[in-house]
Amino acid sequence: MSDSPIISIRDLRKVYRVGEVEVQALRGVNLDIERGEFVSIVGPSGSGKSTLFYIIGGLAPPTSGSIRIGGRDLLKMTEAQRTELRKTSVGFVFQKYNLLPTLTARDNIEIARNIAHRNGPLDRDFQEVLELLGIANRLDHKPRALSGGEQQRVAIARAIVNGPAILLADEPTGNLDTENSKVVLRLLRDLNERTGQTILMITHNPEAAEYGHRIVRMRDGQIENS
Amino acid sequence: MLENLKHRPIRTLLSVVAIAIQVTMVLTLVGLSEGMLDDQARRARGVGADVMVRAPSSSIITFSPNMPAKVVSVVEQQPNVKIATGVLTQGTGGFNYVTGVDLAQFNKLSGGFRFEKGGPFEHPDDVIVDQYYAEEHKLHVGSTVSILNRPWRVSGIYQPGMLTRVVVPLDVLQDLTANTGKITMVYVKLDNPAETTQAIATMRDRLKDYQIYSMEEYTSLFSVSNVPMLKEFIWIVIGLGVLVGFLVVFLSMYTAVLERTREIGVLKALGASPGYVLNILLRETTLLAIAGSVLGILLSYVTRFVIHTLTPGTLVQAIVVSWWPIAAAIALVGAILGAVYPGLKAARQDAIEALAYE
Repeated sequence: MSDSPIISIRDLRKVYRVGEVEVQALRGVNLDIERGEFVSIVGPSGSGKSTLFYIIGGLAPPTSGSIRIGGRDLLKMTEAQRTELRKTSVGFVFQKYNLLPTLTARDNIEIARNIAHRNGPLDRDFQEVLELLGIANRLDHKPRALSGGEQQRVAIARAIVNGPAILLADEPTGNLDTENSKVVLRLLRDLNERTGQTILMITHNPEAAEYGHRIVRMRDGQIENS
Repeated sequence: MLENLKHRPIRTLLSVVAIAIQVTMVLTLVGLSEGMLDDQARRARGVGADVMVRAPSSSIITFSPNMPAKVVSVVEQQPNVKIATGVLTQGTGGFNYVTGVDLAQFNKLSGGFRFEKGGPFEHPDDVIVDQYYAEEHKLHVGSTVSILNRPWRVSGIYQPGMLTRVVVPLDVLQDLTANTGKITMVYVKLDNPAETTQAIATMRDRLKDYQIYSMEEYTSLFSVSNVPMLKEFIWIVIGLGVLVGFLVVFLSMYTAVLERTREIGVLKALGASPGYVLNILLRETTLLAIAGSVLGILLSYVTRFVIHTLTPGTLVQAIVVSWWPIAAAIALVGAILGAVYPGLKAARQDAIEALAYE
């Protein structure tokens, strides 16, 4: 079981209905991601990479094909089961950080644990992760008092606090300057190397994509090569 | 949760104030009802009679001159009756009443008015008023006051707690209101108050159909449910209260949900279920309702102070503690109803659309 891919996608299709028009966002995607891999997904706007992301993350249901995460078939999942998947198996990092503005950095991390019914103090290992991310002493600040780079590092901490099988990062450096981008990308790589965290990262930036073990290119709802 | 409310202080404050006004409205209305009934009962007790006789088919709360004065002499002849005196009570508009008494007889029964200033009537156009009435109308001994469309001279100001706030000679009031020979009720003092029950039974036998009560029974009848339409009126105010709470919280929560669309998307991406999102909003709403209720209770003390200062002789507001939880529950129900639609809208929000929301 541990040798099988953590994500296994076969002939995955997604059709959106916009008014009376059907939009084929994914037209038969095949992709395997091994446990512990750091994969970059690149492709032009509208190539379907965000749709693929949302389906892997359990935010949108697929239309047909098969997609298994940790051996569980997403196509057969109910809304409630996909909510459960997001809670326990997937962590999201967004381009715009998406921290809750009224909460401190610590509370932003705590709320993710609260949603997953895990309360009490953060454990020792996670304290080390916070040190690694360089935000251990910034936790009592609200997002508006943090730089973009710091906010994104808090968002990464929030995404992995529940120990998800997969970390999904959607343009994590899209709003950052070069210096901060490098810091975040190095952190993602460190995280992957030290904890074996599986990471999928969407990016437009070829330099950012190089941080992954491999690059998957998407075009017109399909994967070009892998 | 608290952080979200603090994040939009003006809207939170307005919601709390609106809920508070609704709570105050209910508490003030109930307080006025209870306060005025209680005051009326206290003043009836203040006369010091043991038994009351009222005309057949008269209502407890209203006063009508529908009893012949000669009933007094019939009552007086009953065993155990020490003294009986008839009074005529007449409304003068609003909540104000004037009572006509046969002063000599009434004083024998009650022990007399305790005058703060001045003394009993000396002339047919003399009037005595209680302190509250004097305060409200700025009257002194010797002042002229217009009651029932004619001027009276204030001959005395007495301590409140007996009859109505204005008292005039019985025969003058009877003639003035074309009720010659009529009275509203008879106050009776017994030789032996321990035998009130037997005395009432004997009187009932002699005065068929008349309403005869012990003072205890009579004052216990001064309750909200015995005042025609008062209960209905209170229900209407409660209904309006729920509506106000509903509208205010609806608007406040609806805009909050729109503003926080993106945050809701984030929570959903983190694995929050619709129930979790709904719960956040309901908790915030409950907090608003609790804060509004506390402020509303405090405000009801303010309305009592204002009412007592402006109209000491007309309106009496009681602080009815037993209605605090009821008023708070009404506020909570209105607020929760107002939060349901915005809450469901938030809970059903599509996560992807919410995340894309600018």
